[in-house]
Amino acid sequence: MNGTVKNGGSSFGVAQIILFISIAILVIVVAFPVLLIFFNAVWVEDHFEFANALKVLWEEEEIFQALINSLIIAGGTTVGSTIVGTFFAWLVTRTDLPYKSFMKSMFLVPFMLPSFIGALAWKMLLSPNAGFINRFFIENFGFDGPIFNIYTYYGISAVEVMYLFPFVFIQVCGALERMDPTLEESARISGAGLFTITRKITIPLVLPSILSGALLIMLYSMAHFGTVAVLGIENGIYNIPTLIYERIHQSGGSFASIRTGTILATVLVISAALIIWAQRKILGSGHYQIIGGKSFRPMELKLRGLRWPLLIFCFLYIGFTIILPTVVIFLVGGLSTYGLPFTPENLSLDNYKFILFEYQVTKDAIFNSVWLGFVAAIITMFAGVMISYVIVKMKVRGKGILEFLGMLPFSVPGSVIALGVILAWSGQFGINLYNTVWIILVAYIARYMAFSLKANSAALEQVHDSLVEAARSCGATMWQSLRDIVIPLVRPGMFAAFFLIFLPALRELTVSIMLYAPTTRTIGVAIYTLNEDGETVISAALAGIALILIVVGQTIINKMTKKAGE
Amino acid sequence: MDFIHVEGVSKAYADHHVLNELTLDIHKGECFTLLGPSGCGKTVLLRLIAGFEVPDQGKLYIDETLVSDPGEHINVPPENRAIGVVFQDYAVWPHMTVFDNIAYPLKIAKCPKDEIEKRVMEMVDLVAMRGLEKRFPSELSGGQQQRVALARALVAKPNLLLLDEPIANLDANLREEMRFEIKELQRKLGVTVLYVTHDQEIGLAISDRVAIMNNEGVIQQIGTPYEIFEKPVNPFVFSFMGIANFLNVRMENGQYLAGTGSQAVPWEKPENPAGVVDWVAGFRPSDVRISRTPEAGKSLKGIIRRANFLGAMMDYLVEIDGTTLRTNLETHRAISENLLFEAGDECYISFLDLHWFEAEKLKGAILE
Repeated sequence: MNGTVKNGGSSFGVAQIILFISIAILVIVVAFPVLLIFFNAVWVEDHFEFANALKVLWEEEEIFQALINSLIIAGGTTVGSTIVGTFFAWLVTRTDLPYKSFMKSMFLVPFMLPSFIGALAWKMLLSPNAGFINRFFIENFGFDGPIFNIYTYYGISAVEVMYLFPFVFIQVCGALERMDPTLEESARISGAGLFTITRKITIPLVLPSILSGALLIMLYSMAHFGTVAVLGIENGIYNIPTLIYERIHQSGGSFASIRTGTILATVLVISAALIIWAQRKILGSGHYQIIGGKSFRPMELKLRGLRWPLLIFCFLYIGFTIILPTVVIFLVGGLSTYGLPFTPENLSLDNYKFILFEYQVTKDAIFNSVWLGFVAAIITMFAGVMISYVIVKMKVRGKGILEFLGMLPFSVPGSVIALGVILAWSGQFGINLYNTVWIILVAYIARYMAFSLKANSAALEQVHDSLVEAARSCGATMWQSLRDIVIPLVRPGMFAAFFLIFLPALRELTVSIMLYAPTTRTIGVAIYTLNEDGETVISAALAGIALILIVVGQTIINKMTKKAGE
Repeated sequence: MDFIHVEGVSKAYADHHVLNELTLDIHKGECFTLLGPSGCGKTVLLRLIAGFEVPDQGKLYIDETLVSDPGEHINVPPENRAIGVVFQDYAVWPHMTVFDNIAYPLKIAKCPKDEIEKRVMEMVDLVAMRGLEKRFPSELSGGQQQRVALARALVAKPNLLLLDEPIANLDANLREEMRFEIKELQRKLGVTVLYVTHDQEIGLAISDRVAIMNNEGVIQQIGTPYEIFEKPVNPFVFSFMGIANFLNVRMENGQYLAGTGSQAVPWEKPENPAGVVDWVAGFRPSDVRISRTPEAGKSLKGIIRRANFLGAMMDYLVEIDGTTLRTNLETHRAISENLLFEAGDECYISFLDLHWFEAEKLKGAILE
């Protein structure tokens, strides 16, 4: 025994310091910018103007239309993705579809593809006048006009569905796989037919998962920039994030445009908070508990004659939504001039060489994205471990504040974060990061904190308190037990957090588009702006490079997580 | 002062008072069991002694050192208390081999490498894990993991070993084996053991002394296993220590009558200076003797209400004037002594041992 130690001295102080740092990080990075948005939305010159803020929303035609557009696009995307996601989830878990596990992994591929790159591809394929498919039909089958115009609500929603449906798919797959088959079997024994069982037992049981996935898509689509920016602007379809961008971009950041931006951003934050609240409510309701954590072997529906036709349908779907757009991107990236036919003499690797080795804009963009993604991932990973540690493991007064702050990153959409960091870091508070790469870094940290908190708290919850207590009773101090027990055990969670941040950051568009300066373009920004400037082939080639980077990165993660699992 | 001295310790979580001014002493070198129903606060007491929790008030001494005294802001952290702890969920670190798990306390204490090697292998032998020291916990059974935990808790030669339901997660055979091993290790190493459990069988099997705690976190009785089992101080202790039968007895005209009937109980009467009317005679199924013929002045007449064949044992439910009790006897004896009853048969009951309780005090004390 080493004598007595005053309680106030060691452990007490350390806990307080860690808590304080954690709160400070979240306040500086997330809470402060968001508060500034709220404040600017209702504070005009020197007094509050709540009524005026509402007036802006109702009375300015374009702004009101953007709200309606957001609802229409998000609504369409949600309904579409829910139907597509649930149908495919059911197909790969509950039927005897051939090659089920392969098909399941194929349906997860769209997760990897940035939807704005998908949107670019679809623009090339289905724009009313120049789209390859439309032109093909007009030229070969004598159509008078385009068979499908992608620059419409339908077009935008359809493209979003293609790349967002995995949110529902993955949730419903999980629920269907974990559902205790005896629940269905007992219904069958009671004499219910398969249709009745599906309607009365299966669907009610997985409904919370379906709804939760649908709400996730709603949240994502409301705040989604890329697809609408690529496909909507042609016909003047703006949603909230694109209008915020457009106003600020057009006016070069005037006061009026920032204020409009803050009002729209406030609407986004409120809708996001409502959606998350609804999601928690649904997942928290008792329904969900019937689904245990164990894996069962579920009852399978025999598809009989539909087996092969449905498989072909799945292949067609994947070919149409994944392979076709990807191929188009790479082919267009190989053209010397956009509009030429895809013949061998028109195709070369020149564009790819050009953007990788010669063109300063794209070289900068690739460097910026990799650097930003890496640094943001490292910082966010460590900050996330610390904050989750306090929330999950520590017993310290004042933790409630941190728990509340920790929820914030989940409900703040990217364009809101971008606007918030502009308000916070443009010099009004002594530090001016505007037009530097640092402002993008701060925004990335805020944007991806939610991922890190999620991955790390999940990992920490696995580390039972008794593992740490065992170390303490073996003579280890709090720091030693952190070093020897906690950190090694949450390392897989930290790696996961790193890649969950690094990969999306590589292709980030929503935040960077609001914050870039001429030399601080990211890959996403470069693809988008080059395309806007009519440099379609260069833009497509860069998109192709981005896809290669993402696929390689994803493969590495899959390898690593598999290894960690063994 | 005793090796562990707990003095007026209280602990509450929010508004729930778990321990209230509890005082307890544990002698050096003994195996002391804290026995109580789940949720009674026995684990909290262990965690207070380990230093994982801080008491709200009171003083805690280990080996004459004041380790916790919230009044004086004294709280020695667990790593400085020279203890070993074994948890119910083993808490073996999954990312370390058996060897590294057991070596950890020595590494923290900065022992030289060859000494670590030597002492770890000694412990590995002691818990019969030789040949498995390179394995990871995921490659071990529950019982093996618990042995690793035990070796890890003992390798640094702590003065005090705290065991929190360490074998509750093991299956029945392994449980029995482990409890003897723990006892054996304790004897060999001479370490003071505080064992916390809700399983009275283990408590009786390995302890030098046992403390029984009730649901309110109040210690009811402290004594040797024999004292606790044979001389329970109150109905709570009696019923906690095993299946209990209770026969209602009332006093009428100076006589003690069984149930609602008129048979006078033939056994030693309770001390009853206050003239209490309603009594309960408590006894264990194993203390019941059943027979076909009356034993003059010693037995009560009853009726078999249910007879169950359980293989090696026969299990009977007997009614005596409105009160029922359970008893059992070995099947081979039942056959050889003509004691195979059927429902509806008459029988005579006498007792080897019984305890008198006032009916009023028994209410609320009986555990289900």
